[in-house]
Amino acid sequence: MIPLSTSTISTETIMAVEGLRKSYGEAQILDGIDFTVNKGEFVCIVGPSGSGKTTLLRCIAGLQAPTEGKTMFEGVEVTEPPAKLAVVFQDYSRSLLPWMTVQENVMLPIEGRFPKEELAERVKKALVSVGLAGKGKLYPWQMSGGMQQRAAIARGLAYNPDVLLMDEPFAAVDAQTRVELEDLVLRLRDEYNTTVLFVTHDIDEAVYLADRVLVLSGAPTSVTENIETLLPNPRNQIETKRLERYSEVRARVMGLIQAAKSHASI
Amino acid sequence: MRTLFKDMGLLLWLPITILLAWWFGSANSTSIYFPPLELILETFARDWLGPRFVTDALPSIGKFLVGFGIAAAGGVFLGMLIGLSRRLNAALDPLIQFLRAIPPPAILPIALLLFGIGASMNIAVIALGAIWPALLNTIDGVRALDLQVIDMTKSYRLSPAKRIFKVLLPAASPQIFAGLRVTLQMSIILIVVSEMFASTSGIGFYVLNSQQLFAVPETWAGTIVLGLLGYVATLVFVLIERRVLAWHRGMYNSLEKA
Repeated sequence: MIPLSTSTISTETIMAVEGLRKSYGEAQILDGIDFTVNKGEFVCIVGPSGSGKTTLLRCIAGLQAPTEGKTMFEGVEVTEPPAKLAVVFQDYSRSLLPWMTVQENVMLPIEGRFPKEELAERVKKALVSVGLAGKGKLYPWQMSGGMQQRAAIARGLAYNPDVLLMDEPFAAVDAQTRVELEDLVLRLRDEYNTTVLFVTHDIDEAVYLADRVLVLSGAPTSVTENIETLLPNPRNQIETKRLERYSEVRARVMGLIQAAKSHASI
Repeated sequence: MRTLFKDMGLLLWLPITILLAWWFGSANSTSIYFPPLELILETFARDWLGPRFVTDALPSIGKFLVGFGIAAAGGVFLGMLIGLSRRLNAALDPLIQFLRAIPPPAILPIALLLFGIGASMNIAVIALGAIWPALLNTIDGVRALDLQVIDMTKSYRLSPAKRIFKVLLPAASPQIFAGLRVTLQMSIILIVVSEMFASTSGIGFYVLNSQQLFAVPETWAGTIVLGLLGYVATLVFVLIERRVLAWHRGMYNSLEKA
């Protein structure tokens, strides 16, 4: 019997995507996306490559206006990037600024918004949380890819968001580093009590991390399935992946993705 | 220590060899066009290590620095504005392409008409003639800003001041410095040419005036002064560039290793 507790997740909606459509001229990318995210929830959006994941993410983040529909963030319609939303981008080597040290990068968004001491405290706390204590004076290019993505996550955390939006954050790191970073994100979610919306093309990653997996179809994209993983917390790379329920959800998502791909290629 | 000597040796052997060859080769020269190096250096010391340094060299250096400063600051500032606005860029591009195609010394006659003989004319010629590399490189550098960096600045709601001074300018700085280096070289050329063209003092004036008076050692000595001025200016620029772009070299080297 699998314990069904998904524990502390409330039923309070923090984000709602309603009838989101996006087209560039004739080409329709997003075809009516609908979903909600509850406070404290870890939601993974998984879709085949070319399914408009990045477009969806940019619309949700307020970086791009949808053609139709809207995103509500904490009850307010998103028309510009919300203040309580932090984005961790896919390509850390481009989103971290190479002319600044790691701690300057982490401090950049919040500089001037808090007194100096609080600023230093926040930066330090974020760096400690991601396992980069004492590395703040290094430049990003002096660190490995995994460490750079940790720094980018620290920047998001120091911003103190209610929602952390992550765009394929571990796509560029090696498998072992990826495993470490997955567990890091799960731990940080509890530590900072944030809601996480995590976009990925990796099915294992999505199932392992998520409370709920949203599966996208191929373009024009919609949400084909909304699956609660119902896996016990805390997760464990070995034990969780041994569970029957894990294989079940994984197979389900895999099937949907393959169907979406073959549909798209017709 | 040994490698330091080796490096210095590698750097200096050719200039020293040339100087020695010049010194001994010209020692007994009776040609009025190629006076002995000893005589040239004596003239150099007499004219340029004395009061003339204050009356002629310093004003030239001052005008050069002010002109370069205006060209550099103006080029970077306008380049930022134009680079940030697609419309402004489209509207101004033909004009910029035309103006920068004018050979800089060709603006001398008009500058002389407008400003007369004096420091303001020299400065105007440098500012107008040497601004283009700084301007064009800044426009390119600003426009080449990575889309993901732009997304980052927006999603973290960075203030306009932070966007410009902490993101945009540093991101464009390698290209800006490449432009400034050319602007610097053009400024040196233009201070000399404008002083030769119409001036009553300055190093450029001294060289041309000496030549017209058939004072050959003075002509040579003045040319050496100009060479030294250009050399020192470039050296100072490179030192500043190295400091400001230290991150860029570091990143480049780390990529090469990987």
